[in-house]
Amino acid sequence: MINRRSMLLRAMALGAAAPLGGCNYDDPAHPDLADKFLHAMSAWNDRVQAALFDPHTLAPTFRPDQITRPPRFNAFYSINQVTVVDESRYKLELGGQIQNKSPWSLRQLRALPQESQITRFVCVEGWRVIGQWSGVKLSNFLRRVGADTTCKYVSFKCADGYYTSIDMPSALHPQTILALDFLGHPLTPPFGAPVRLRIPTKLGFKNPKSIVQLAVTNIYPGGYWEDQGYNWFSGS
Amino acid sequence: MSRRVIHPWPVRLTHWLNVIAMVVMIGSGWQIYNASPLFNFRFPFTIGQWLGAAIAWHLAAMWLLVCNGLIYLIWSLVSGHYRKLLPVRPREVWVDLRAALRFDLKHETGLYNAVQKLLYVGVLLAGIVAVLSGLSIWKPVQLWFLCDLFGGYVAARYVHFFAMTGICVFVLVHVLLVALVPKVLPPMITGGRLP
Repeated sequence: MINRRSMLLRAMALGAAAPLGGCNYDDPAHPDLADKFLHAMSAWNDRVQAALFDPHTLAPTFRPDQITRPPRFNAFYSINQVTVVDESRYKLELGGQIQNKSPWSLRQLRALPQESQITRFVCVEGWRVIGQWSGVKLSNFLRRVGADTTCKYVSFKCADGYYTSIDMPSALHPQTILALDFLGHPLTPPFGAPVRLRIPTKLGFKNPKSIVQLAVTNIYPGGYWEDQGYNWFSGS
Repeated sequence: MSRRVIHPWPVRLTHWLNVIAMVVMIGSGWQIYNASPLFNFRFPFTIGQWLGAAIAWHLAAMWLLVCNGLIYLIWSLVSGHYRKLLPVRPREVWVDLRAALRFDLKHETGLYNAVQKLLYVGVLLAGIVAVLSGLSIWKPVQLWFLCDLFGGYVAARYVHFFAMTGICVFVLVHVLLVALVPKVLPPMITGGRLP
């Protein structure tokens, strides 16, 4: 009797584990049942995080001597495959629900008031580094170009093919900046030259580098990693 | 009726739901650990074959773990079940532990000896620490007070790891003891009857 019961238990345990082990989350175009369940839970977690997000809670800031040196490179490719943007011809394109969609040169962006921060960059993998970034407050920029800040999303397209998107309340957070400088110097290509998003209230992969297009929209834009299964909101 | 049952149904239900939650949380947690190991090793068995899938499982199963745990804790307080586990007296633990190591500790159906009490209360505390440290890793900005409580983001990762380790040690001991005294398993499914 006991043996049969423990056999039954073991079978139950196997039954519970089997669909999990098979779940790869590796074919977003053909989600299986487990993928659909995980998507639903991830969408629920997006809503929970949006409710938990407090626009007045600031990410912790650090002292200059706490900055991680040398800085850590991270991307979906290795450092010798980094895309180099021609900064003299660079223009930040604007799209979506924005009144003035004239593209912005680096000189124009540098002429705007600059904000500096020493903040913690937390990677979805678990490691964290501390760095110093400065640039244009995204909230100021969005208001200056006449963006409809009642829209849900701000999306970013990058020179290396990367793309991602964030929620409007996080975009308007005072520590969310279009960074132009890193560690006191203009951004270098591995760290997102010429313009990257620095958003210390979200995980690292929500900090797109080498941004070439910014758009404001109500249509869910997804993201490079998000479309493969990373949680979209990914707030800290 | 319920007085004659060894394990009341809320204990059994939350116990087996917790088994599912723990297997998924620990299995996916090992894959997340592997993405950026704290120590010089990686886990060979994981749930979710890459980081994205593992995080998705982890952040889905956390709701089962937390809701199930809260139901158990609230039911324990309301029903008085907690009195079977508390207080844990060090002197009794010492006496019972020595008896257990001499294989001289009687299993009294429906009662927990002091070593059992210590293990069960210990794993419940480890579970609470795992949840709170996990929340501070997940939301170090919004839940900064929790994160500070554990000594910051990096320290909270270590706390989370050791809470998991403590729970795994408990599971090993727990399953080993069930294997040694297999008659205790059926009542955790059927409820059993007190003599």
